[in-house]
Amino acid sequence: MDTAQAPPESLPNRRIGERIIEGVILVAGISTILIVALIFLFLLKEGINAFLDIPLRQLFGDRWYPIEGIYGLMPLLVGTTLVTIGAVIIAVPLGLVAAIYLGEFAPQWLREILKPLIEILAGIPSIVLGFLGWVALAPLIQNAGADTGLTAFTGSLLLAYMSLPTIISISEDALYAVPREYRDGALAIGATQWQTIWRVVLPAARSGLVIAVMLGIGRVIGETMGVLLVTGNAANMPAFGPGMFFNPVRTMTATIAAEMGEVAQGSLHYSVLFGIGLILFLITFVVNWLAARLVGVSGARTKVGGQV
Amino acid sequence: MFCSLRRVPLVLLIILVLLVSSACSRAGQSGSAEASAGSGRAIQNKGSDTIVNLALAWAEAYREVQPDVSIAVTGGGSGTGIASLINGTVDIANASREMKESEKEEARANGFDPVEHLIAIDALAVIVNLENPVDRLTIDQLADIFTGRITNWKDVGGNDEDIVLVSRETNSGTHVYFLEEVVRKGEKDNTDIFAPQTLLMPSSVGITSEIQRNPRAIGYDGLGYVSEHEKMLEVAKDAQSPYVMPSVATGADGSYPIARGLFMYTAGEPTGAIADYIAWIKGPAGQQIVADLGFVPLTEE
Repeated sequence: MDTAQAPPESLPNRRIGERIIEGVILVAGISTILIVALIFLFLLKEGINAFLDIPLRQLFGDRWYPIEGIYGLMPLLVGTTLVTIGAVIIAVPLGLVAAIYLGEFAPQWLREILKPLIEILAGIPSIVLGFLGWVALAPLIQNAGADTGLTAFTGSLLLAYMSLPTIISISEDALYAVPREYRDGALAIGATQWQTIWRVVLPAARSGLVIAVMLGIGRVIGETMGVLLVTGNAANMPAFGPGMFFNPVRTMTATIAAEMGEVAQGSLHYSVLFGIGLILFLITFVVNWLAARLVGVSGARTKVGGQV
Repeated sequence: MFCSLRRVPLVLLIILVLLVSSACSRAGQSGSAEASAGSGRAIQNKGSDTIVNLALAWAEAYREVQPDVSIAVTGGGSGTGIASLINGTVDIANASREMKESEKEEARANGFDPVEHLIAIDALAVIVNLENPVDRLTIDQLADIFTGRITNWKDVGGNDEDIVLVSRETNSGTHVYFLEEVVRKGEKDNTDIFAPQTLLMPSSVGITSEIQRNPRAIGYDGLGYVSEHEKMLEVAKDAQSPYVMPSVATGADGSYPIARGLFMYTAGEPTGAIADYIAWIKGPAGQQIVADLGFVPLTEE
């Protein structure tokens, strides 16, 4: 009531306003961390029984057949790993090259067309891409000589495509943020354009590029519906070798999605599915930690302005 | 969510049921799920994806018979339907397999005895690509194929090509039935399971589309879901028995070896509208719909 009568510009009022805003920002900042911590605790509470009740040797067995109580996680770990490695091998070079073209070579007008288009790609729902992969991509893979079109490689191709917009867009931002003086300096001492990019611009943008790749990998590991449709979901341990990419696999995310509907709450199968969630959480955590290490938390930030 | 186009009418029906039930609750006090199954409330019916089209057809036809009873049908798999019945969220669970002893115990722990109603018979067709030269297999050969003991078509009279196994996901009653009656040949002490390279499809459509485009694939599906774009195999119980093509007739007279009962389960003996509905399903009108959809109607014994 009193505040309404006070002049709007008065100093104490402004101070209160700032305090409130600071408080809100603080709560927002803490709440994200708090939520992540709560999610972790919840996963731990629901999933820990899987690791306590099932002997480790069985848990890391090579057979997954939950309706008979066979909970070997290795095929699922191998499935996720294969699909992820495949996608990274395809998407990272492609994404970085595309970003370098956009940032260093493309004329301004083309860049202004391509950049928003690439960002639109990121908005396509994964189930739509999955459906396309199932209908259009899988037959191509099968015709290329695989026993079936539903393979780890099909999943990798699809996931590479899904992660490309993220990788390109963030890498390009990182390259763009490298100060112009770096390029001018390099060119001035006689470096070619390619030498400038390879020796100066890329190292300067390193931290942003690493973040781009890590976010791309994060998207690949966590993706569910797309891979559920195209990898065949066979809990299979392909023989080691290049051919293993052309076998059907079952990823961890697809397993949770396909089986969560049938389990009785509190059963062992239920715990195991949460245990898989816990493993996925830890993998993401390790990926992020590695990213931080690679970027070199202390050094890179101060040296280079280039950040997302 | 698994792109099953067959479920489009299901979604429409659910929306319809929601509209009707909200209209009813505005008109008067609609009963809770615990109240007696009187007029003006929705019977919740959930479970097997094999039965879902049949259950939808029944629910639609029953609206003509009893306009004041609406039936909400959802799929999700036999295990899902039974779990919902145990948890008390549905009135009728559809199952394409019999309830397991462990599930019956869970139900008793929740205070009721589940009651089984046989409502139709389904013949499981073994299907391959139209280009596949193989016409017939025995149960023994099928067991060897699906456990991975036979991995090449030439061992069962086909081309020299790898066999690609296609199955439903493990939450499907069809999967469990096929496991028990074909992979394990009906032997109680047999612990064989599907080969690890078996593709697990989230829907019947997933199976038929893979069969249609892959000459190396073999799968199985309810007779009602097989079209002219897949080739059905004749199946023999053993090497001495005759090979029989699955059909409504061979399913009904018991000569086709992979036929099974389709069930509805209720929490205790049904009363009121639920009892009327199940009686109508088992009657001539309900069984006519069974035959129309390619399943095998119950014969009067």
